[in-house]
Amino acid sequence: MLRTLVSDRVAGVAALAVGLTAVALALIFFYVPTDGDQGFSQRIFYFHVPIALTSYACFGWGAWKALRVLWKRDPQADLESYTAIHQGVIFGALTLITGSIWARASWGVWWSWGEDELVLFLVLFLFYCAYFMLRYSVEPGPQRENLCAVYALFGVVLIPVSFLAIRLSKQFIHPVVFTSHGPQMAGSQFFTFCIAWAAMLAIFATMYNVELAGKRVDAHLKELRELLA
Amino acid sequence: MTYFSDVAALARKDVLLELRAKETLPSMLLFVVAALAIFHFALPHGSGHVAALGLLWVALIFTALLALTRAFVAEREQGLFDALVLAPCDRSAIWLGKALAVLLFLGCAEVVALPAFAVFFSGVDARTVAAVALADVGIAAVGTLLGAMAVAGRARELLLPLLFLPLAMPIVVGGVGASAGAGGRFLLFLVLYDAVFSLLAWASFEYVVAET
Repeated sequence: MLRTLVSDRVAGVAALAVGLTAVALALIFFYVPTDGDQGFSQRIFYFHVPIALTSYACFGWGAWKALRVLWKRDPQADLESYTAIHQGVIFGALTLITGSIWARASWGVWWSWGEDELVLFLVLFLFYCAYFMLRYSVEPGPQRENLCAVYALFGVVLIPVSFLAIRLSKQFIHPVVFTSHGPQMAGSQFFTFCIAWAAMLAIFATMYNVELAGKRVDAHLKELRELLA
Repeated sequence: MTYFSDVAALARKDVLLELRAKETLPSMLLFVVAALAIFHFALPHGSGHVAALGLLWVALIFTALLALTRAFVAEREQGLFDALVLAPCDRSAIWLGKALAVLLFLGCAEVVALPAFAVFFSGVDARTVAAVALADVGIAAVGTLLGAMAVAGRARELLLPLLFLPLAMPIVVGGVGASAGAGGRFLLFLVLYDAVFSLLAWASFEYVVAET
């Protein structure tokens, strides 16, 4: 039954996702040494940052498909853009949640306006939630495709602008005491991070393809019903 | 150049309509003064100048939302969108004409709001005025495009604030930072925001009003 819904390629991506996730979990909990500063809770980093980066990738992919809608009039691209942004919001919500858990573990507060990633994600999360409000208030059709595509493009331009704004505001409103982790990690940490990131991207690719396949089946079914009616 | 005469004609249409109806601008002026009065009560005693400046920017953003919600009302109620789209002008001229009119209304509102703020709270310096002017350009550019999007849907008045506020956050950051004297780079940031989003809005408006 699953074979008819998803192609062999998607099944392959799913298998890759399962494999990478298993390896990543093993590395995170058994291989990487415990961080000197933060202790065991630092391992949330290996979930939080890959999820955040994957969510950026989702929005970027959604914006690319949105460009295809406007530029090439690609008929498939609207659904693909919507699915990517939907996944992006899911990963974005996970970013906010894992970020809050990490903040609670590290600093004892659930939220910190001083942490770039959290604030940027809040702005983006709100922006892309409004995407769904927009999408569902317009009747399906070419106009809805165009509006959603333009909005998705605005979102991807907002990412760097917001990042800059948040950087600026931190210098003024919140003096930064906590210096963020740079790429100056131990080799084992960087390796684990990369595997975790690859696992998250593979999870996104799998969920994206499965959701897309489901939505296409829905659309096909709707067409058939309309033909019969 | 017919493009700029189209833009001028469209902007003139909006200003004339407002001069005759006298709906949007008076309500904006009243709203901004009332909001500033409420903020006086919202701020606890001994709050600094910076807190008051923050609330000035909140008042400006929400007053702008008032103007933007009304921006495409005439087009929607009288079915003008079809006529505008059929007109032999570049679609982006519609955006530019409307954005210029909105900018004018925002400017008129600030002419009242800033002295009111100076009276209710404390003084307003040249940096604040510059920041407000730059922010108005950004608000007009982005808000006009989003207003056109919101009009296409069902939940129009509900949708526009949801669409607008995330995009307005960088404006508030730049504006408050510049007003509070945290450095010229906040003004530069506002210039960057205006340039980037105006260009994007100008380029993408034709897709927003296109039916196909």
